[in-house]
Formats: sequence, C-alpha cells, structure tokens
Amino acid sequence: MRRIWKLFGRVAFLLLVAAIVLYAVFPFYWAVVSSLKTGSGLFTADLLPKNPTFENYVALFREQPFARNILNSAIVAAVTTALSLGLSVSAAYALGRLRFLGRGGIAFVILSVSMFPQIAVLTGMFELIQVAGLYDSLWGLILADLILTLPFSTWVLTAFMRELPMELEEAAILDGAPAWRIVTDVFLPVMAPALVATGLLAFILAWNEFLFALTFTLSEEQRTVPVAIALISGAGGYEIPWGRIMAASVIVTAPLILLVLALQRRIVSGLTAGAVKG
Amino acid sequence: MRSLAARRAVTAWAFLAPMLAVLALIAGWPLLRTILLGFTDAGLGDFGDAQFIGLGNYRDLAADPNWWRAVLNTLGFTLISVTIETLLGLVIALTLDAHLPGRGLVRAAVLIPWAIPTVVSARMWGWMLNDLYGVVNAVLLGLGLIAKPWAWLADPVLSMISVIAVDVWKGTPFMALLSLAALQVLPREIYEAARVDGVHPVRVFFEVTLPLIRPALLVAVVFRSLDAMRVFDVIYVLTGDNPSTASMSVYARQQLIDFQQGGMGSAAATFLFLMVALFAALVVTLGRIRVAGARA
Repeated sequence: MRRIWKLFGRVAFLLLVAAIVLYAVFPFYWAVVSSLKTGSGLFTADLLPKNPTFENYVALFREQPFARNILNSAIVAAVTTALSLGLSVSAAYALGRLRFLGRGGIAFVILSVSMFPQIAVLTGMFELIQVAGLYDSLWGLILADLILTLPFSTWVLTAFMRELPMELEEAAILDGAPAWRIVTDVFLPVMAPALVATGLLAFILAWNEFLFALTFTLSEEQRTVPVAIALISGAGGYEIPWGRIMAASVIVTAPLILLVLALQRRIVSGLTAGAVKG
Repeated sequence: MRSLAARRAVTAWAFLAPMLAVLALIAGWPLLRTILLGFTDAGLGDFGDAQFIGLGNYRDLAADPNWWRAVLNTLGFTLISVTIETLLGLVIALTLDAHLPGRGLVRAAVLIPWAIPTVVSARMWGWMLNDLYGVVNAVLLGLGLIAKPWAWLADPVLSMISVIAVDVWKGTPFMALLSLAALQVLPREIYEAARVDGVHPVRVFFEVTLPLIRPALLVAVVFRSLDAMRVFDVIYVLTGDNPSTASMSVYARQQLIDFQQGGMGSAAATFLFLMVALFAALVVTLGRIRVAGARA
C-alpha cells in the first residue's frame, strides 16, 4: 500500500512538472506553429502546420522595415549597455570599495531610481528629448533607456565588488597606484563574469523597452522591435495579420531564448545578486 | 589619517560623478519637470509657455471616473497578479528544488517566459485568446467547458482576467527563480533531521522552509509589486486604452500623448509616483519594525 502511494506521488509529481513545462513553453510553440501557417490554415487549431511555409517571414521583411527595426533595437541596446557598464563600473568601485560620507545616501538614491515608474519621467523626458533635438532618433531612446539600465547595473556591480576580498587591491595601493589603475588593472580582469551577466541583463532591459520607444519615435524607420511588433496591423486596420505578427515574435524571441539557455546560470546569479541582496 | 580619509572621499566622488551627472540629467530633472508641469495647463510640446493653474489638474483627475477606474485597475492588477505569481513561483521553485531527471532542462523551460519581451508575450497571448480563431477558445470548446467562444479581450471582466493571466505567465519565472535561490541556500541537514523524526513534508514546509525563506520571498514580492504598479506594456498591447483594463500608466500616457494634455498626464504620473513612493516607504518602515521586533 505504501509503495502504491509512493508511486502515485511520483506520478503526480511528474505530471506537475509536465504541466509547468507545458505552461511555460506552449505559447512560444504556438507562435512558431502559427508563424508557419497562412491563409485559412491559420484559423485552424492544428498542432502542426499542414503545409508549413515561410511566407509570413518573407512578408514581414518585404512589407515593412523590419530588418531596420532589428538593427535599431540592436544599436539602442548595445550602446545603452556599453554606456551603463562604463559608468557603473566606476561608480561601483566608489560604492563597493571606498568608505566615505554619504555612501548610504547615494545607494538609496540609486535604488529609488530603479524603483520609480517610467511614466513619472515621461513628460519631462519628452521635453528634454525635444529640446535636445533627439525626438524620433535612436539617441533619444539611448538617453531615455539609461534610466532603466544604469541604476540596475550600478547596483549589481556594487554588490559584486563588495564581495571581493580586501587583499585584492592592497598590493596595488601599497605600490601607490592611482585609483583608476586599480580599477582597470585589478578589478576589471576579475569582473569579467559579472560584467557579462550584468551586461546581458541590461541589454535585455533595453531591448525590451516599450514605453519610451513608443512615445519618442514617430516614423516606422526609427521604431525598435517591440514597437514595430505592437503596431503591426493590416491594411486599413481590418484584418490583423496574425501570421506575420507571430513570425516577428519568433524572430525576436529565438535569440533571447538561445541566450538564456546558454547563460542561464549567470543570469540566475545576476538576478539574485540584484534583488535578494537589496 | 584625516588627509587619507579626505583623499579617499575625493576619489570616491570623482568616480561617482559621471554616473550621478547622467542620473541627474535623465532621472532627476525629468522627474522634477513632470511634477512641476502637473500644476500647469501644459499641452504637448509647448511646455515653455505653460501657465500655472495650481491644483486644477488634480481636481479634474478627481472628477474623472476613468481615472478612478484606472487606480482601481492598477491596485487590483497588482494585488491579484503578485499573489498568484508568488504562490505559483513557490510551487515551481519547490518542484525545481526536488530531485528530478533533467532539472536543467526544466529550469530552462521555466525561464523562457521571462526571456520573452513583454510586448511579444502580450501579442502571442493576444493571438491565443482571439475570440474567433484563438487556440484557447478552440481547446475549451473542444473539451466542452464552454458552449460558445468567449470574448477574452473585449468583455470588461474577462479582459482584466486575461491581462492578469498574461502577466502571471510572464512574471512567475522571476518569482520562481528568486524563491529557488532562497531554497538552495538552506542547509540540507534540516530536511534530513525532519525526515528522520518522521515529520510530515507539508509540516516541514510550513514550519521550517517557509519561515526560513520568508525574508527573501518578501523582498521578491516587494520588487514585483513595485513593478506591477507601473504596469504599461502588457495592458496597452493586449487591450489598448480601453478604460476597463487601463492602468494608471496607460491613463497618464493617453492624457499626455493622445489627448495632448501634458498637465493632466503629468499630474496623473505624479500621483502614481507618490503612490509607489508611499508603498516603498511603508515597506521600509514596516520591514524595520519587524526586524526590530525579531531582535527584541
């Protein structure tokens, strides 16, 4: 009897695992399947497309500047990430390794900025971008996206730097090396894994950003991928081209999923350093 | 000795300066301007010659039923979705913590919704929840659970449920990961001891595991709640500006951009900012009291 119960428990547990996996994966699977269907095939609930075709993918690049949108997103996310990492390595050194008056206050300000709602700066940012002549340009988006990535990367890198042993820079300090040499020669080499994890998360943050990109761009050529996908609609706005939308979704998501699978350990450690240690 | 400390402070501020300057430019200044513009009749793009009108925008907000609807939507959305995400995340974390063939693969699968941009997940689900051709209606009809297709994204109540469901799908992995991280630092000996003593696993969970991971869980809940209060993407993409699901962020942006009411939009945004700040302050204060109480 006990063994039957144990077996029953084991089966129930595996079913639970299967349900979790199905729940997590099915929407993406369905997007892939739908993106390969066209015409009336799209309106059937077949789990596998009867006549798989790449028509939707071709249409996506032919009928709108989707390649340009991908390039825009890549530029915005890459530049934002690079700027954030540069600024935050320097700030994290001060916050993580030097004791000075006001450190707690600064840390509090950084944490607060990472908490406050994007919408709270929307009007002011709109004005700033307009005055700077950056409306409908990628530079405007880079500027705005820094508000998401900069506090985050500073926070995570500070947490990481604080964990490193005191002995690390002692020799360099005794040699009388200037502080910036200590950062570039002592810290940067050991920080490579942390920089990769933080950079990856910052990249994803900027890549996914929607509210600023929607509000501060106007032309189809300046849109980033999330905006392009959100605004895909059929001619005249009647028939929504779901096949094309799903094709776009798959294109954007596939690299992210591959990245996550390849680097899942680092992502998990980056996420938990950013949140739990807060 | 003092000169060393002073030198160190100078170095510290020098290293902080670039980051702080950028932060002041892109966060401090725009926030200040938004708050100030909330007291003016600004439109869109003529911010310079906006006239001060005191609390006029706030009076208009208070008189607008759609605004109060947005406040309620935001609070309801936050409360329900964070609760479900926490519970579900905990279940998933416990599952992943158990011995399991192919655990790495399962964990990777769970991470997928987290990796998908919110806009994309909203569109994927928008298609699945389509009233005419959606797979959700097809499956429910096939199983005989519903008699005719449901309008998941048009009906006022159903659309709120749909929005929450999509957010749960996207937000649960984060909660699961943080819970899992908390679970994995617990010493294994506790479970060993409980097993030897023949304590029922359910009791072990409630009396040992849960109290131990509670601090980490609370931090995760606070982060998710702050995130949920400013929700924009998922609602805007799934149901647009529809008042029955619009959050405070959606309302504020609609005022600012679509109605070109810069003052009104700024006032709404400022209100949300204050609400989030108040919640954060409350959490910090209560958290400290609890910590103090535990120490006493």
